[in-house]
This record gives sequence, structure tokens and C-alpha cells, in this order.
Amino acid sequence: MLTNIEEIYRDALSELQNAGTLDDVEAFSVKYLGRKGLVTLYLRGLSALPPDERPLAGKRSNEVKIALEEAVAKIRTEMEAKAEGADEGIDVTLPGRMAAAGRLHPLTQITLEICGIFTKLGFSIVEGPEIESDYYNFEALNIPKHHPARDMQDTFYISESTVLRTHTSPTQPRVMEKQAPPVRIIAPGKVYRCDSDITHTPMFHQVEGLLVDENVSFGDLKGILTTFVHQMFDAETSLRFRPSFFPFTEPSAEVDIRCVICRGKGCRVCSQTGWLEVLGAGMVHPAVFENVGYDTKKYTGFAFGMGVERITMLKYGIDDIRKYFENDFRFLRQF
Amino acid sequence: MKISLSWLKEYVPVTMATDDLADSLTMAGLEVESVENRYSALDGVVVSRIVDIKPHPNADKLSLCQVDVGGDALLSIVCGAPNAAKGLVVPCALEGATLPNGITIKKGKLRGELSEGMLCSASELGLSLEKSGIMELETQAAPGTPLVQALGLSDATLELGVTPNRPDCLSIIGVAREVGAFSEPRSLVSYPQASIAEPSKEYGKIGEYTSVEILNPELCPRYAARLVFDVKVGPSPFWLQDRLISVGLKPINNIVDVTNYIMMETGQPLHAFDFDRLAGQRIVVRAATDGETFTTLDNKTHTLDRDMLMICDGEKPVALGGVMGGLNSEIEDGTTRVLIESAYFNPACIRKTSKKTALGTDAAYRFERGVDPEGTIYALERAASLITTVGKGNLVDGVIDVHPAPSPCREIMVSVKALNKRLGTDLKRDEITSHLEAVELAVAAVDDDTLKVVPPPFRVDIERPEDLSEEVARIWGYNNIKTTFPPIPAEAVAPTAGIVLKNTVRTLFTGFGFYEAINYSFVHPASCDRMALPQNDQRRSVIPVMNPLSEDQSVMRTSLVPGLLQNVQHNNSRQVRDLALFEIGKVFYKKTGEELAEEVEMFSAVLTGNAGKQSWYAKERDTDFYDMKGVLEGFLKALFIETAVFEPLPGDECHYFRKGYAAALKVEGTRIGVMGKIRQDVLDAFDIRQDVYLFEIGLKDLAAQVSSVRKASPIPRYPFVSRDVTMVCGEGVKAGDVLESIRQAGEKLVEQVRLIDLYTGAPIPEGRKSLSFRITYRDLEKTLKDKDVNKVHTRITDRLLAQFDAGLSG
Repeated sequence: MLTNIEEIYRDALSELQNAGTLDDVEAFSVKYLGRKGLVTLYLRGLSALPPDERPLAGKRSNEVKIALEEAVAKIRTEMEAKAEGADEGIDVTLPGRMAAAGRLHPLTQITLEICGIFTKLGFSIVEGPEIESDYYNFEALNIPKHHPARDMQDTFYISESTVLRTHTSPTQPRVMEKQAPPVRIIAPGKVYRCDSDITHTPMFHQVEGLLVDENVSFGDLKGILTTFVHQMFDAETSLRFRPSFFPFTEPSAEVDIRCVICRGKGCRVCSQTGWLEVLGAGMVHPAVFENVGYDTKKYTGFAFGMGVERITMLKYGIDDIRKYFENDFRFLRQF
Repeated sequence: MKISLSWLKEYVPVTMATDDLADSLTMAGLEVESVENRYSALDGVVVSRIVDIKPHPNADKLSLCQVDVGGDALLSIVCGAPNAAKGLVVPCALEGATLPNGITIKKGKLRGELSEGMLCSASELGLSLEKSGIMELETQAAPGTPLVQALGLSDATLELGVTPNRPDCLSIIGVAREVGAFSEPRSLVSYPQASIAEPSKEYGKIGEYTSVEILNPELCPRYAARLVFDVKVGPSPFWLQDRLISVGLKPINNIVDVTNYIMMETGQPLHAFDFDRLAGQRIVVRAATDGETFTTLDNKTHTLDRDMLMICDGEKPVALGGVMGGLNSEIEDGTTRVLIESAYFNPACIRKTSKKTALGTDAAYRFERGVDPEGTIYALERAASLITTVGKGNLVDGVIDVHPAPSPCREIMVSVKALNKRLGTDLKRDEITSHLEAVELAVAAVDDDTLKVVPPPFRVDIERPEDLSEEVARIWGYNNIKTTFPPIPAEAVAPTAGIVLKNTVRTLFTGFGFYEAINYSFVHPASCDRMALPQNDQRRSVIPVMNPLSEDQSVMRTSLVPGLLQNVQHNNSRQVRDLALFEIGKVFYKKTGEELAEEVEMFSAVLTGNAGKQSWYAKERDTDFYDMKGVLEGFLKALFIETAVFEPLPGDECHYFRKGYAAALKVEGTRIGVMGKIRQDVLDAFDIRQDVYLFEIGLKDLAAQVSSVRKASPIPRYPFVSRDVTMVCGEGVKAGDVLESIRQAGEKLVEQVRLIDLYTGAPIPEGRKSLSFRITYRDLEKTLKDKDVNKVHTRITDRLLAQFDAGLSG
């Protein structure tokens, strides 16, 4: 019943030599080494041998099995290497099955960047209503009725006593009424003014900042804003503070940065001045503190505000502000 | 405000170059918006000499000149001036020059003769009023020399942006004060003498002729007047006209010009009445009565109210106080006696009047910001004496000065320490004193730390110690203040859940291929009709804007849908068909009984066009409902909202969605949003010609379903087994119900169920469909045996067949 293992081995070796393809090798492997393969069956049949023959035959059979397995592995590797070498491959220049991502609106991107810088400086983000009372939008900020300062902002009215907020500054008294110093907030959001031309849209975005504590100085304001500008643009961008007027700060300042386009040489964007106005700022006016019940002897603070559209225009070289709200795909995909 | 450099130099030495001056004013807080060369209109005008002259063959009054303009060839120029003569040196405007009067010089034929330029009169060049002939130049300059160079003409105008707190700078003297303070070395303004004329001996005292009565001192704290008799109304002399033109004012006649000149010089608006047109020859100052009408000198009639101030004569109103004079008392050619008004009006009163009547005059602009309450008489004296000169009048002796409510003197105590602390500076008491004195503040030391400061009356902006800190910082220079840092505690404030969620939404949706849109918060009032909202829908009670810029932007939005659909239309009409846009923004609802609106943050998206472009591996396919639903499912999964279901939206709630193609998104029984396919008539209303899928979710409702708590569970150690079941059921059977039934079967081994095929058509009988599900089974405790799985799978299969009246396929 048992064929000699040596015969099996001999047949196997010659058969393997004739194997021309990987399929032949697979078939060979099944025929000799598979679950019902000749070697396997032979090994299984060893128990039928007389006990004294078993050890030797067993040892030899295992040697044969291992030798064949190694031979199969070797020839398989050689064949695979040869096959890969012969393979011309695929056309890797065919377009892939792309997973396309969208993008955030450029104004959102810049708002997040601005808020990110200030949150790292310990400011927390707050939001406020866009339909705002005359009180918070004006009076609490030291802009009484019938004051010419109201001309600085063309206001959309909802009623006699409510407006579309003209700036994000109403978040200042809103927060201070609820929270005792120290206060460190940043307030991004939509604001509205009735003005529409190449440089104005009736809705735009601002980010407001407020810091109140003991011993806060104008020098500190300069420090925070210098850090901000250096992070937002680059550390080479110099700043210039010049006197201005906001009813809710005293002293008040406009903050210019060296033109990021021409680096101060003078160009169309900076109207040949070499400077770009990017921020309004100042020390919080004592009248504002009085309105929210802060002790003006004990606390000082500074506030600042910036237009997101303006900064976005500078960062991305956008020349027409109206493009922001058309949501033209060909515009949105550029940022 | 516009100022001219030459005028400025009358009051203060200007040693800086014009650009440096502009820079210095900007850094002083008077932002210079532009600098212009006043004589730029003379750029194309050169010195020329008439070499030869002969009569024009076709016109008696014209002559033909051969003119040397310094070039190789002589120019032929036709000239009509009677004084044109051989050898005269005259200004010549060359081709292309645009003169101050707007005329652009072109080559052309005049009555058949070539004319290659224009010989100019002084008035044509804006250099004097003289227009009787061409300007004869007494210059040694060679022909071809630019005229401005030959005459040494040089002047610049500066456009200043004066902030509302600085009305004192709405005058040349006011700007001169700033220039002096910011010059190196500093200099103070030399104020021109108030009165340069002697009163006439012919007439008596002013009190013999007229009187002033103030009935409402709260609206008019001060009113002063002078009389000038025997004036001859006519054009002003050139120097006066030139000054007014240089700052953008139009000369009218010598009397009005003087009042405007003094206003520009001092900042005090003045008004001149024809004294003989004042009934009773007196002035009464009173509040207007409601409904009273008045015609201002621009011939417009206004209806007044009690907040406004009238200047009246003995019978009737003659001026809208501080805003504009009346037609009935203005200076006319025949006027001989003039009453000059110089007053201080209540700023708020003037502002209200100016706003209500829409008369934004130069006078109102200054009064509403606050003129110098002590400058009344100075300006009046200046004007009266100047009128005697340019109007050749006689000054009546004396001034009427009714001053029922003098402004209190301001005295501010300031601590040197507190001031330095506010600014972050280390300025000495004496430095502070000298900075303040540079702009005419009176400073006295009270003790080592305290200064008593009295601001001049024209500085209406200085009231508190903090105002002085700005003044010191301004003079010392903002840029000299050292940059420091506030101590920032090491506590981090976590952003609110709402802000975090918005950022998550943004991250996920851009990851899904959507672009973010931002639309205006105001929309067209017809938007609700376009959206086909039912008449009783809450979204129809929109909040209107009282003063919109256009109807398109006249009501606050109650939905993000109109904006996004407009974006689809905008892009479609520009060949962009395939779009995936989302927006996060507020919508606004009326809140009854409350001042402010209810602002609700919404999150909405549209998907339209092709779901996949034609490619080598796939066919082009239109976006459908399931593309949008799939995005939402992926989104909810990312937020770990596992229990969300999409239920068919009842027909009467579909609104802008097509019936049967819309679903409500519910989590634990709460509706947090809707999605579906936009109805055809709504697409038509927005002029869109392709299918659009959209969803709208309330961010707050969504936030309520999001939990940030995560807990680890063991990763399965044993393998899963999957089994498919294909059932043939009625077409009306909802896939969601079958899936739900499998989940509800209560079989613990079921780990996951997926619908893997949906088929209708042969060999499936008409009206039926085949659904295939792949169920994954797993036991967390041990490796599953086939027989155990089969038992459960059979139970589930039987349940489905029974519940859905289904059969097994083939």
C-alpha cells in the first residue's frame, strides 16, 4: 500500500522542475503537500508500518516534506520576482478617485485665525446679538443721542430704540455688566452699516477685544496689538499708533501697519502712504466703566476692534469687497 | 476739511516740507487724507512771447498771433484780446492743458484759421478777477518756462479728516495751533487783531438802532450782533475770493464772503442779515412752534417743530438758527445796512434741526460739534471790520452781546502718577506741563503730584483727567510710549459648547466637500413667497429694516434658504452647475413684548448638480436625495448622534420641499431639522433650472443632542459571522422599517445590519421588490458556531417574512 517515500520525492522533484507557472506550483503544492497530498497521506500512513521501521521512515518523510516545502517556497519566490520584473505595471497617471474637500469662507478662516491668536493670549470668545438696543450700541459706549459721533457710523434702524449693531463694541458693556474684572474677551461677529460701494458692504465682520484689570496701561495695549500683528502678518511688520477718536476710549488710537504689499514703499493698496489702517483701539473711557458700575479708580482697561474684511483683503489680495457675499464658487475655492 | 498752506502760514510759521507737515498732522490726530498742488491746473501753461500779430481775415475782433513758446517752431494762435500786441509776454496754455475753469485746450480752426493754443487772461488762470484782456507778464523768464515757476506760484491744499471731538480744528487758526504745537521748535499762533476798523462818527450807538432778545436761553446761550451801514454789495476782491476757493467755498458777494472767510479762519459761523428787511429792526431768538413753516435761502420750505431754533425779527422768522438763513432777509445787490450775527447755539438743538431738515451746512456742522463759546465776539469784530474794508461800509459803534447762559469754566485736577500709570509712561510733572501748554492749556502745579489744568474754551473735548492723558500722549507721541505687556494669568478659558460645535460642523462639512457661504442677514420681503411658505408660517413675520439701502435687503431673514438658493442661481448662471454649499448664520424672529429679536443660529446646506463627474471609472450621475441624506448620516455619526432617524415629512409641512421627497430629522423624538428636494415652483421663483437638495438644522437643537462624554468599550476578541437575507416584498415596504424590525428583534448576537441590495424588475413580479440585508453576528464571549448563528438568522428571517408579507427570493 505504501509507495516508497524516495519514489515520491524523486517524482516530486522532477515534477517541480517542470513547473512553468505559479499555477503549476500551486497545483504541485496541493498534490504533494496539501491536506490530501501524497506526502501528507504517506505520513498519515506511517502508523501502518511495523513499529521498528516507523522512526526511520518518519524521520525521512519529514525531511522530504520540509525539503519539498522549501523547494516550493524557493521556486515560488523566483517565479514571483520574475513575474513582477516582467509586469509593465499600471498607468499611474490615470486620475485617482478623488475625495474632494471643500473650504471655509475666507472671512471665517481669518476670523478663526484672529480668535486663535487672542485665545492663546488668554482671551475668551463671546458673542452678542446682531439686533441691538440703542443703549448698548451707543449710549453705554458714551455715544449719546444727538451727538455728532453718531455720524461716524451710518446706522440701520429696526425701531426707534433698536438698531442693527454698527460694531461689535456693544459686547463690551454686555460682558462687563455681568462679570467683575479681570475681563479678557474677544468678540467676533457680523455688523451692519448703511453704506454700499467698492469699499463698503452693508454687512461686514469685526472682531472686538477688551481687557480690564488693575494697572492696565496704554503701553500694554501696544504690547498686545504688536504681538497680534506680528502673529497675523509677520514679525517684520512694524506698527504705528496715532491719535484718533472713539467716544468709548480715551486716549483713542488708530493703528497702522507697514503696508504688507509694498513694505512701505508706497502702492495703490496703501494709497502711496506706506501704511495701512487695520485697527482702532484705546483705553476704555471712564464713562463706559461708570455705565457698567466698575470702579474707575481701581480699574483700567483697553479695547480694540478690527475689520475682518480688511485684513482678509490684505492677506489674500482681494480687491473688491462685494465678492465676499456673492458666494461664487470660483471665488470660494481660491482660499 | 480743506485748508490751504498759504492761508495757514498767515498764523503760524511752517518750516516743514508739505509732506512732513501732512505726516505730522496725521500723527497729531488730524488725519491728512490728501495733499494737492493748488496750481496743478496750470501745468500746461507756459510763458510765451507774441512774435508777430496780424488781423484775422474773417473776424474783425480776432487777431492771428505767431507765438514763441520756447519750441523749435512758433505756434499760430487766434486771440480775441484787445491788448494783444507784438512783443508782449503773456501766459499761453498749450494743447492738452485743462484750465481752472475746466476748459481743455485743443488744436483747431477758429473761423477758418489754425489755432494751436490759447493766450490766457488772469481770470481764465484763476489768478485774479481781471478778464479784460490777456495777462501781461513782467518776467525775465524765457518763453517755454512753466508759468508757475516764472511767477513763483506755489500752494498746497490739505484735506483733513477732523474727528467729531475736535471742532476747534474746523478752522485755519485751529489747525495752525496744532501745527505750532507739533513743530520743532514749538510755536504759538499769532492771532490776527480783532478790530481793524474805527466806528463811524456819523452814527450813534448800536443800541439806538436795534435790540436782541433771547426767549430760549437753553437753546441759545449767547447771541451777539453788530451793524455795518452804507455797504456796497458786490464781488469780493480777488484775495478774498481766492482764499474761499482754495478751501472749496464758492464766492457769492463781499458781505457773505466775509462771513464765510471768518468762519473758515476762526471756526465761528456767522450770518449777515439785510438790516432793512428785518421788521421792527430787531432780533428775537425763540424755539419754533410745531408745524411752523419756513423758507431757507436755498428756496426750500421746511416744517419745523419745538426742538428747533428760530431767529426772528419783530414779526416773523428770518433764519433757521445755526443752520441756514432765510430767503426773506438775505443780502441782496441793493442791501446797504447789514446786521452780523455771531452766536453760540446748543449743539444738540442744531444737530436735531440739521438732521430733520436735511440741511448739512458748514455752519450746522460746526455748531453741532461745539464752537468756541468765548470766540463769539472775536469773530464778530473780525467780520465787521473786514466788511467795512471790502464792502466799504461804516461801522456802527458798539456790540450787542446777550449772554444769558455763560459756559462754566472747566478746572481739571490731574494726578501725575495716575496719568503715567494710564499711559505706561514715566513723564515728569514739568514735561506734562510743557506738553499741555503747547496746545494752550493753562497748567498750575498744586503739589508734587497734582496739576490744575484749565483747558481753553475752544477745547470742548477736554473734561476729565483721562482726556488730559490723551492730550499728553498725543503731544509726546504715541510712538514714544514703550510697549509693555499686561500680566496674563495662566488660566485658559474653554470656548463654549456652541462655538466648539460650529467649528466641528465647519471641519466636517469642508471634509465632506462643501464650501462655506456667507450671505447677507437681510433679504427681499418676497423671499417668503418665493419659498412658498404658508400664510400662517412663523417665518413670515419678518423684522423690517426701517431704512434699508434697497428692497433686496429690507427685511431680516427668517431662514437661510433664500440666500443659499440665490447662491445656486448665481453660480448656475456662471456655468458652475455642481455645487455643495453650507452656511451657518443667524435668523431673526420677532419676540412679542421684547425690545430685541429672537436670534436663532441655523445651519443649512445645498447640494446640486452632478454627484460624480463622468470619469474613466464611473458614469456621470445627478445628485439625489440619498447623496444629501448620506452626508447628514455621516455628519451625525461623526457627532456620535447614533439614534437619529429620518421620517417622511408630512405633506403640509413640506413647504418648499417637494411632497414625498422630504424628511424630518429626529433624534429621540425631537425634530432638529428637515431635508429634501426643493419644489419645482420654488426653483422657478429663484430662477434655478436643476434639482436642488437642501437641509436646515437648528444649531441649538443639534447642540442639545451632542455629548462630549466618551467612554471606552472593549474591542471584540472573537470573530464575527455574517449572513445575508434577501426578501421579496411589496414595493410599499419601507427599508427603514425592515432595518428597524431587525434591530427590534431583540437578538443579542446581531451586531450590525446593512441593506446591501435593492432590486425591482424581472424575475421579481410587478409591484414587488427584492431587498437584501447583510447581518453581522458576533458573540463577545466566544467564537460563534454555525448552528447558533443559523438559529438566530432563521428566527430573524421568519420574523421579516411574517411582518412584511414577504417571500424568500429564488
